[in-house]
Amino acid sequence: MAPEDFRSGAAGLFAFYSKGVLADMELFDIIGPVMVGPSSSHTAGAVRIGYAAGRLLGEKVKDARILLYGSFLDTGKGHGTDRALVAGLLGMKPDDYKIADSLEIAERESIHIEFGESKLPEGHPNTAELILTGESGTTLDVVGESVGGGKINIAKIDGIDTNFSGECPTLIVHNLDQPGHVSEVTSMLAHKSVNIASMQLYRSHRGGRAVMVVECDQEIPQDGIEWLTHVEGVLKVTYFEGA
Amino acid sequence: MYNSIADILEQSDKKAFWETVMEADMESRDVSRDESRQQMKQMLAAMKAADRSYEGSRKSSSGLSGGDGKLLEEYNRAGKNLCGDFLGKVMERAVKMGESNACMKRIVAAPTAGSCGVIPAVLLSYEEYGKIPEDELINALYVAAGIGKVIGENASIAGASGGCQAEIGTASAMAAGALAYLQGGDNETIANAMALALKNMLGLACDPVGGLVEVPCVKRNSHGAVNAVASAQMALAGVRSAISPDDVIDSMRRIGNEMPASLKETGKGGLATSESARRICGGMSRSV
Repeated sequence: MAPEDFRSGAAGLFAFYSKGVLADMELFDIIGPVMVGPSSSHTAGAVRIGYAAGRLLGEKVKDARILLYGSFLDTGKGHGTDRALVAGLLGMKPDDYKIADSLEIAERESIHIEFGESKLPEGHPNTAELILTGESGTTLDVVGESVGGGKINIAKIDGIDTNFSGECPTLIVHNLDQPGHVSEVTSMLAHKSVNIASMQLYRSHRGGRAVMVVECDQEIPQDGIEWLTHVEGVLKVTYFEGA
Repeated sequence: MYNSIADILEQSDKKAFWETVMEADMESRDVSRDESRQQMKQMLAAMKAADRSYEGSRKSSSGLSGGDGKLLEEYNRAGKNLCGDFLGKVMERAVKMGESNACMKRIVAAPTAGSCGVIPAVLLSYEEYGKIPEDELINALYVAAGIGKVIGENASIAGASGGCQAEIGTASAMAAGALAYLQGGDNETIANAMALALKNMLGLACDPVGGLVEVPCVKRNSHGAVNAVASAQMALAGVRSAISPDDVIDSMRRIGNEMPASLKETGKGGLATSESARRICGGMSRSV
């Protein structure tokens, strides 16, 4: 094989077959995204965690206690992770040029922000826990992980394990662990012509509190979510349209 | 659809490298030619906006970065430019973009935030000196993106898994291919420019001081960009890589796997654990 002829040859074939399943990337993950620096995991991912937490709370944040863990704690200041998390809470996306000013904006809007060190025994190196109180007194405790390249995983909501990326419309239903609630949720989604992409069920203990995390292909209409909140045995419904 | 540089070359037998990459994007995302090109045009516009937004007086929150792009600009202006106008401008732009990223300004990850300066430095400087239409620059971005996608799918574009060769190395290979295209190189020349650029970056450690995307990342954008220009020039002159582009990429993957964790974005080896780094980090505060 001539050195410049690399279209064939056993070495190329071997390389192809030995790699197994190739990770599939979109072209605009390579040129893009447009984001505020300096780090996709410590800045862009942190904005997305804050954004998801704010949307899950479902109302304007009044008070936020943000606990940092691992690399977020050690290098977060230099990466602007603190500003990025708060920017997300304020509803900013990773390309918002105001991210660097988020702490000052929160102060102007009389939102109380406090940072602390997470006491998590173990976790993903880039983890933040956001303990939020909204304007009407609603509370929410979200643990988010920045897993690389700006992608995130929401690992816990109100102390119960969850695992979702926040990239598609996501419904989180807290209910009593009793028969019938899954079917109520899926019937409502079927009625609204919403297709389920993935569904996860968790519970604290048998007969205790349960959480359903449903990732969907379409957005869920507001009246469907409203209906769920009135179902007996349903304790809390949160919805995040994805971003 | 393509999984390798060889695939792109094979599918580009009767068309341009960029067309194969663009058509695969249209197919995978089910978008029209206009939609795909419009999105690439937005990336180019964002790169130009980021290039213009540089502020020479701004420092990063760690205090480690800022102001070097301005020094390069002043040196270029002083008429003593050692490297020639084009290359001088490439270096200036690359450092400026790296500093903007460290200072929390808006950039385009290409392929990552830490390596965001390499591709715009080469392409925007070529536009300035080559006086080419914008459509050509968009084509060049497809060339770059196709190369980056193959590297990302067969090796890595993350410093945490492949070291800096995966970040600045990939950016440099992407820019080399794009520049070879702009200067009139055929598809074979584009592939060789890419291979020559990546070969020179193999083994590069990711050892940032304090774990921050600043030292050595910001200045390394300039080195990656210069490497891209040198590699494109060699390929355009007819120099061919003895190792095929896909074999270079596979070598990068194997080298990345064999690199110790201390050299993959953990801040636990190399420059990050030097005496100078210890002194620098002693003066920095944690988040809380």
